[in-house]
Amino acid sequence: MSTMIDSQPVVRLQGVDKTFQRGNQPETVALEDISLEIRRGEFVSLIGPSGCGKSTLLRIIGDLVPPTRGDVIVNGKPAARARQDRDYGMVFQAPVLFDWRTVEDNVKLPLEVQGVDRVRRTGRAREMLELVELQEFLRHYPYQLSGGMQQRVAIARALAGEPAILLMDEPFGALDEMTRERMNSEVLRIWEQTGTTIVFVTHSIPEAVFLSSRVVVMSARPGRIRKVIDVDLARPRNEDTRETRRYFELVTEVREALRARRGDPTGQAIEDELAISAERTLAEGSIG
Amino acid sequence: MTAPATPAVRPRGPAGPGRTQARIRQAVFYLPAVIVFVGGIVLWEVVVTALGLRQFVLPRPSAIVTALIDNWSGGRFPGLGVSALNTLIESLGGLLIGTIVGVAVAFATARFATARGVLLPIAVAANAVPIVAFAPLFNNWFGLLNPVSKMAMAAVLVFFPITANVTRGLVQVEPASVELMRSYAASEWTILRKVRIPNALPYFFTALKVATTLALIGAIIAEYFGGQNRVLGRVIVESASALRFDVTWAAILLAAITGIVFYLVIVVLERLFIPWHSSLRTD
Repeated sequence: MSTMIDSQPVVRLQGVDKTFQRGNQPETVALEDISLEIRRGEFVSLIGPSGCGKSTLLRIIGDLVPPTRGDVIVNGKPAARARQDRDYGMVFQAPVLFDWRTVEDNVKLPLEVQGVDRVRRTGRAREMLELVELQEFLRHYPYQLSGGMQQRVAIARALAGEPAILLMDEPFGALDEMTRERMNSEVLRIWEQTGTTIVFVTHSIPEAVFLSSRVVVMSARPGRIRKVIDVDLARPRNEDTRETRRYFELVTEVREALRARRGDPTGQAIEDELAISAERTLAEGSIG
Repeated sequence: MTAPATPAVRPRGPAGPGRTQARIRQAVFYLPAVIVFVGGIVLWEVVVTALGLRQFVLPRPSAIVTALIDNWSGGRFPGLGVSALNTLIESLGGLLIGTIVGVAVAFATARFATARGVLLPIAVAANAVPIVAFAPLFNNWFGLLNPVSKMAMAAVLVFFPITANVTRGLVQVEPASVELMRSYAASEWTILRKVRIPNALPYFFTALKVATTLALIGAIIAEYFGGQNRVLGRVIVESASALRFDVTWAAILLAAITGIVFYLVIVVLERLFIPWHSSLRTD
């Protein structure tokens, strides 16, 4: 996809802090001393309890939220520059499709903003809809599609501009378990076909393990990286992968990393928090 | 490797017998309203005849229709046809002016927080003023015989709902939509064109439907305070003072028909411009 040397990381975070200051209230530390490198073509998941700042971290990488301290280098340049260069594709928890645009026109949106000409826009949009297997629905309006299909349109749209990095913020958090597992396989297939680098925020341990090359486990208040776990499951992964011994071992490893906390050896607090966070996100359809 | 996901919705097929069925269903839906309307008119006719009410208390519907036909092109009072046309022109002009100014103010308030702070309280305060009380002043400012004095009244009434609704449509955009556009490094101008304006269209049409009625009300009220005679407001005032209430009712009937047609035109435009909106979805 690019002539850049593979050893150069796509994302390099160095000593990133984020504090929020609201009115006269004492400032809250959302992220503390985050350092992380993401290599080209990697699939990295950020997982942690609600309030660990995983969504904020994703937005810092995408230059939608400025860090309080630290460096964010994307593709060898500052994140702000990378955003100007349209290096990002974003997928949110809600599909955020525009009601007034057909499926095809929604996918064309980033290309229009980039000023790509009409013919190439159409070609690229159809190619992307084929990739997510929705080519039959290009003239439909978003409301005529199911939730899972809408999210696939959102993925097609995010990939349309050929971003160097795809940022996904709990993209399947609002879907039911069965649709979510199907979308997981779908996203893996797309990742393997396109070779895009993906940063994926989730609160589902099985999802993180199934998808990722690496899982970044975070702790809350302040948000820190607790452990980075390499997922050495064979590729291509499929439904059978979910039944292998290694898969269960890795799920356990991630769970234990989430639990480990001073003064809470059982980790029950985090376990509960994860469950509450998952329920709340499902109920509200909001950003975690 | 992956089983293709089964589509939850099938692509829509060509229009078949389903369309005729939909038509029938629609007709059945409106049937009760038609029955009540026709029944009401018949009841009105029967009751007025049975009680022997005098025409200056309440004329029979048939008498109103007769008066409408007899006075269409003039007689003792200015022709109803030309009067309705003149009133329509006044309210259209007012609607146009009020809409243009209202939309302009909405864009300013949506774009600049300062403008929002200054203009919105004034607009709210202005809306609390009984605006029709200004009609004699408008006659003075723009000339009694000048249709602009009537348009001004209509425009002022139209202005507020248009401004308030369009501002809301421009401002109340899903935050995630704006975040999405920012991730593409889209400019404020692009966000305005591709997100805010399309988002505001349904609000605009809702306001426009209210505004058509207000424009007609504004024009007729301004006419009550004097001006040229060949307008519905003058016919209503003059026929009423001459105790020719059948003509008064005919003029009111014509004003109502004008208002309904006016409204329907907006509904058609709405269907053309925002067929995607949830209130207009057919499936």
